[in-house]
Amino acid sequence: MSVSQAASDVFEQEFLPIRAKLLEVAAALDRVDRAEGNAQTDRRRTQVQAAVQVLLRPDDDRAEQIQLIFSRPYEKGWRENLGVNDEFIE
Amino acid sequence: MYYIDPHIHMVSRTTDDYETLAKMGCVAVSEPAFWAGYDRGSVEGFRDYFEQLTAFEPKRADWYGIQHYTWLCINAKEAENVSLAREVIAMIPEFLNRPGVLGIGEIGLNKNTRNEATVFLEHVDLAVRTDEQILIHTPHLEDKYQGTRMILDMLCEDGRVNRDRVLVDHVEEHTVRHVLEEGFWAGMTLYPVSKCTPARAADIVEMYGPDRLLVNSAGDWGPSKPTAVPDFILEMRRRGHADSFIRRVVYDNPLTFFNQSRNFEFTPPDVAEPAGV
Repeated sequence: MSVSQAASDVFEQEFLPIRAKLLEVAAALDRVDRAEGNAQTDRRRTQVQAAVQVLLRPDDDRAEQIQLIFSRPYEKGWRENLGVNDEFIE
Repeated sequence: MYYIDPHIHMVSRTTDDYETLAKMGCVAVSEPAFWAGYDRGSVEGFRDYFEQLTAFEPKRADWYGIQHYTWLCINAKEAENVSLAREVIAMIPEFLNRPGVLGIGEIGLNKNTRNEATVFLEHVDLAVRTDEQILIHTPHLEDKYQGTRMILDMLCEDGRVNRDRVLVDHVEEHTVRHVLEEGFWAGMTLYPVSKCTPARAADIVEMYGPDRLLVNSAGDWGPSKPTAVPDFILEMRRRGHADSFIRRVVYDNPLTFFNQSRNFEFTPPDVAEPAGV
C-alpha cells in the first residue's frame, strides 16, 4: 500500500536518520564499555547483539524480528501453567 | 485535517494540552480509565475517578470545542488486587448509561499474571452481559508479545465476543498481524521511546492497509506527546499519501468503531477543513 517510490528515493530520505540512529546505538554501547565493571554477561547484551545481527540480514521484516528478540516467549499452555479458570467461556 | 484521538489520558494532561489539540484539528478524544500513578485504595477512589471521567473531563474538553468520550474499568496494573477489582467491576454499571461512556476499557494485562488474566476475563464477561464495546491495553516492551497472544486466546475462546466491537491497542510490528488476522481492531500508540513512532505506524498502515487500524497518542503521565497523531498525519503526507487515505485512519476509522456504542453521539464539524496541519 506504499505510494510508489523508488528504493533509491526512500534510501535518500532515510539515510541521515539511519546514520544518526546507528551513531546513537554505537555511542551508547561505547558508554557502557567505558563504564566501570563488565556488562558482558547481562542477557540483554546478548539480545542487543542478536538484534544487530538481524540488521545485517536482507529481510523485510527486521523490525518484527527484533521485537521478538526483546520479547518474552508465548506458550500455548499458559492457562494451565497459571491456573486461570475460564468459567465464563461459552 | 480534522482528526480523532481514540486513546488519550486527558486527566494526566494540563488544560493547555486541550488548547493545543484544538488548534491542531482534534475534534474528539476517547479516554480509557487507567492507572492513577499509584494503586488506589478503595472502590470509592474509582467511583470518584469515574465521576471525573464522565462529568468533568467532557466539560473541560468542551471549553475548546473538543468532544470527549470515556471507557471504564480497573486497569491491569491494579488488577493484581482481585477483591478490589471485583468491587470495581460490580460498581461500573452505575456509570454505563452516562453520556459519552463507550464501553469497558482499557482492560488487559501488565505482567501477564494469573490475577490479571482472571480480572480481564471478568471484565470481558461484564462487557458481553451489558453489550458494551471493549478497549484493550496490551503490555509494554518485553511483555507485549506474550500478553497480546494471551489476550487474543481469551477473547477468541469466548464465542460471545463480537470482534468488530473490540479494539486491541498499543500494537507493534510483532503483534499487529495476530490482532488483525483474528478480526479485531488494532490501535497504534505513538510514544517517543517505549511504543511505536509515527514512521513505524505509517509503515504498518502501508503493509496492512488502513482497514481496522487506528493511531493514538495515549497521552499519559510519562513521556508522551499529545500531538502525536498530527505527527503521523505529516509523516503520511511526506510519503505522498492522499489526505483521503490518511483521513480514513485518523477520522473515519474511529467514527466507524465508536458508532457501535449506544452512548456515542458525535457532532461532526460543519465547516470546511481548516488549514491547520
